[in-house]
Amino acid sequence: MQMNENYKPLIVAFCCNWCSYAGADLAGNNRLAYPADVKIIRVPCSCRVNPMFILRAFQRGADGVIICGCHPGDCHYTSGNYYTRRRMALLFSMLDYLGIERERTRVEWVSAAEGAKFAATMNDFAEKVVSLGENKRLEDLRCKK
Amino acid sequence: MQEITREQLIAKAKELLDKGTVNRVLGWKRGEFDWDITPALFESAEELDRDFVWNDFCGANFSKYLIAETKKQPPVTDKPVLVFLKPCDTYSFNQLLTEHRFERDKVYAVGIPCSGMADINKIRDVADGVVSVKSEGENLVVETLYDGTKTLPFADMLAERCAVCKSKKHVAYDELLGEDGELLDSNRFDEVEKLERMTPDERFAFWQNELSRCIRCNACRDVCPACTCEKCVFDNPQSGVENKAAANSFEEKMFHIIRAFHVAGRCTDCGECSRVCPQHIPLHLLNRKFIKDINSFYGDYQAGAEVGSRAPLVDYTTDDLEPSEATKWEDTNA
Amino acid sequence: MQRIGVFVCWCGTNIAGTVDVKAVAEALSHEPGVVFSTDYQYMCSQAGQDIIKNAIHEHKLTGVVVCSCSPRMHETTFRKTVAAAGLNPYMLEIANIREQCSWVHKEMPTGTAKAIILGKAAVAKVNLNAPLTPGETPVTKRALVIGGGIAGIQTALDIADAGFKVDIVEKQPTIGGKMAQLDKTFPTLDCAACILTPKMVDAGQHENIKIYSYSEVTDVKGFVGNFDVTIKKKARYVREDLCTGCGLCTEKCPQKKVPNEFNLGMDNRRAIYIPFAQAVPKIATIDPNWCTMLKTGKCGVCSKVCTAGAIDYNAKDEYIEEKYGAIVVATGYNPISMDQFDEFAYSQSKDVITSLELERLMNAAGPTGGTLLRPSDGEHPHTIVLVQCVGSRCSECGKGKEYCSKICCMYTAKHAMLIRDKYPDTEVYVFYIDVRTPGKNFDEFYRRAVEEYGVHYIKGMVGKVSPEGKKLKVQASDLLDNKQLHIDADLVVLAAAIEPDKSARPLATMLTASMDTNDFFTEAHPKLRPVESPTAGVFLSGTCQGPKDIPETVSQAGAAASKVIGLLVKDKLTGNPCVAHSDELMCNGCSSCEKVCPYGAITYIDKEFRMPDRTTRIRRVASVNPAVCQGCGACTVACPSGAMDLMGFKNSQIMAEVDAICK
Repeated sequence: MQMNENYKPLIVAFCCNWCSYAGADLAGNNRLAYPADVKIIRVPCSCRVNPMFILRAFQRGADGVIICGCHPGDCHYTSGNYYTRRRMALLFSMLDYLGIERERTRVEWVSAAEGAKFAATMNDFAEKVVSLGENKRLEDLRCKK
Repeated sequence: MQEITREQLIAKAKELLDKGTVNRVLGWKRGEFDWDITPALFESAEELDRDFVWNDFCGANFSKYLIAETKKQPPVTDKPVLVFLKPCDTYSFNQLLTEHRFERDKVYAVGIPCSGMADINKIRDVADGVVSVKSEGENLVVETLYDGTKTLPFADMLAERCAVCKSKKHVAYDELLGEDGELLDSNRFDEVEKLERMTPDERFAFWQNELSRCIRCNACRDVCPACTCEKCVFDNPQSGVENKAAANSFEEKMFHIIRAFHVAGRCTDCGECSRVCPQHIPLHLLNRKFIKDINSFYGDYQAGAEVGSRAPLVDYTTDDLEPSEATKWEDTNA
Repeated sequence: MQRIGVFVCWCGTNIAGTVDVKAVAEALSHEPGVVFSTDYQYMCSQAGQDIIKNAIHEHKLTGVVVCSCSPRMHETTFRKTVAAAGLNPYMLEIANIREQCSWVHKEMPTGTAKAIILGKAAVAKVNLNAPLTPGETPVTKRALVIGGGIAGIQTALDIADAGFKVDIVEKQPTIGGKMAQLDKTFPTLDCAACILTPKMVDAGQHENIKIYSYSEVTDVKGFVGNFDVTIKKKARYVREDLCTGCGLCTEKCPQKKVPNEFNLGMDNRRAIYIPFAQAVPKIATIDPNWCTMLKTGKCGVCSKVCTAGAIDYNAKDEYIEEKYGAIVVATGYNPISMDQFDEFAYSQSKDVITSLELERLMNAAGPTGGTLLRPSDGEHPHTIVLVQCVGSRCSECGKGKEYCSKICCMYTAKHAMLIRDKYPDTEVYVFYIDVRTPGKNFDEFYRRAVEEYGVHYIKGMVGKVSPEGKKLKVQASDLLDNKQLHIDADLVVLAAAIEPDKSARPLATMLTASMDTNDFFTEAHPKLRPVESPTAGVFLSGTCQGPKDIPETVSQAGAAASKVIGLLVKDKLTGNPCVAHSDELMCNGCSSCEKVCPYGAITYIDKEFRMPDRTTRIRRVASVNPAVCQGCGACTVACPSGAMDLMGFKNSQIMAEVDAICK
């Protein structure tokens, strides 16, 4: 794969309001750097993330999509992330089945106390996505100018 | 060759109409050729005698038709509608009941045995200019324009979904014609596994080739007994994913992934999507992938096997596998 | 089209240090719908808020985007600001350009570019925002307390004293719980009965408290402020309105062989019984498993001796339905079963007992009248071994509990001290892993046991107890001296781990309240909302939430009561308007959403729809109770037709954010 020196991936992170979004805030409080390519969308719970959002992000040119929620058992809404876990396990497996690189999608459990984990996760994910290069398999070419 | 004859079905339908058990019959109506059969409603003995057909091409699953049929206004719905259900159709029937899509007492279901249905495209592959197909014992006798008369083994002409039939057993009926069969130990996941064993690039090429043929005619959705939404998200301008045209881009993939996801855990693997696809896209391989994953991740689950069961996607256990583990199978196959 | 104002905050240099705030304001001013865009040093200051308010008036804004710190910090502040200027507070969105931008990116161009994108996403969302109004529901001014131990009693008393009606449901024939069985309490050594029984009497006589003893909650419906609860009053075969509690029946009943659960089976009671002298309510109960009359129809002695005519052999279980505004769970604990711990020979020897059994043996109202005697032969024990952490902190052993049961260190010290105080001729050995004594006057108490009372504290675990003749051979290790110990004991006392009462799990299901893996109820927030369950209107009191001692239980009980009072004083509850909403025209009635809802907020109704051809059609459609819905959104993804959407986080809004970010 050709490597563009200036290639900056576009990463969409869905974070649940109660744990992971707070974890991201904590990473900020502690000034823990991660790539600016990561853009966070706040959702009340990881279970709010509809597979359509993920596919839409890819369609519009995202190179990676990560969903962060409370650790299993710690969901603010008791069971939301358990549904997320099933939905995403099946969706990711399906994307893989369609030949789409599985490193482009990830679910990570990050608590409000895990600012360091949030930053480390984003660094790691961004690194993986950079190594994969641009998302050519999923995007709608008409959306790219 | 079907175990049961057209005459037996007509006789049963007439008997139930006569007795007043039902006032109309959902059945298969003959078309111009032996294989272009349409689902139709019959209201009289004359109509049945004239147009009712039962042969090796009666693949249509009537379960979904019951939704509209039972929602009709009285006096039409004063009496139940008779529906003939093949074993695989009964799973869709149950699944729709689980989802409260129609009222059970407005339907009189007659289970009928099925020996599998033939696939006209398989016949056309070996016979040019088919004009008629008749069943004779274990064979199909095919009259053609260019290849003369051909005798083909029925077993070789079975539709893919019938060749890997999962059940000859009816899971729902009011009355059964003939003998009930057994659950079969089918190898329906073989094709999925074959794809799984490919490299990601090969898989991508495979699906790119298949799905790029999609013309977004929506036949798969319209026939699917699990796609019974009042308004499909793809038709709804408010959903944000509404689109109608298929371009050489990601949109048809989006459509088929979302459609498969929406029916995941509810799809009974009836195979109607692939049957009706005018572009011959093996759409069932998407649904079957979800079924296979559900079985291996969360334990065997057959949608429609019983009324009221909880679909895997609206259920969970606290020790389900993590999404990161869900695609691990590839490592062992690589 | 919205008229949106964008307000970019510098946060001093916190944001302005790495984000070119002027450039952000400039860039966002060109976004669709934006009619005003500005920046200011401290948007959250009074002056900053005035800028927003003035702009709303001046530019007739319909939506506001504040690019500032995290919404978790100042969303409420700015919502109030826009509301003060007459805008719906939910027409505000915040772009987090501090915690998630300026603080984590060091380069000005990077930070600025990202801040612009985050701002664009917020603008795109506001463009689709709609005013939201929280719903209001009335509050039933009555509380239910489930469990009548010290936690439940204290909660009920506090609520009742504030002037609200409270019902206590207790499954035993009397309230009092575990504390009623205790002898003395640490660290003051005052007798449990002396401090508990007056409270029981208060509860029994309080005009605002109604006690459903010998009763269970069998069904809970409804939601915060409006619970419908079914209470099963088990048939006690004695009419509560007639029984005077004289106790004559309990003396005359010929069935004398019933193991007395109050004394943990160490003595017997009759088939008709009052658990203990200070029981509240003091009403006899017939045990249907033992009563000869109920089993064979022959006897009737109690009925003959009862001058009040209270005996009713034909009594049936009664179901009572009552409405409540708040529910407090106070289901308490039990010591774990010792079946799995046979290395301590609990099943083999009567002289191996649990700490709770020791409480009864030392209690003046217990089976021995308060004299410490060996259960096997009634002799005074001279060498006593107390074993701590039996089943607690036992993550590897597989048969106990991972957690620390918290109370055992202190009560073991208490037992050791009391024994040495009463019987100075006994030798008391305590085996411990750690002695944990955080708490007011706790460590002083433990030191007294060691220093003043000469209790032998040995760090190490008992490996095996083998009954040999009249003695119990105790094999143990002393980890500090690194040697094996063999003690010939007369009595071995096991400090069994405590676990939540078995009734808690089904109750949690009824309440849709969550539990941890150990079946302790989960609090809404472990630090900041420790007495509330995540389910609105359900509160936690005492050990149902985690192991705790009496002082802690009582403080938590009071805290739970204050939360209940805070709820019941309101005439109406204002909900969170960011709740799910089902579009009835699109809903299939498939029940997927209902199955994933953790709060039971979704029900189905048959609704009549007018069709284009002027006929009507009845369809089953989902209906969300906005007072119960907490807004997680699980249903929105379960819904295949997209009929279910979440206000404030609508599909179209999130999709617009995605699009804005991916442009």
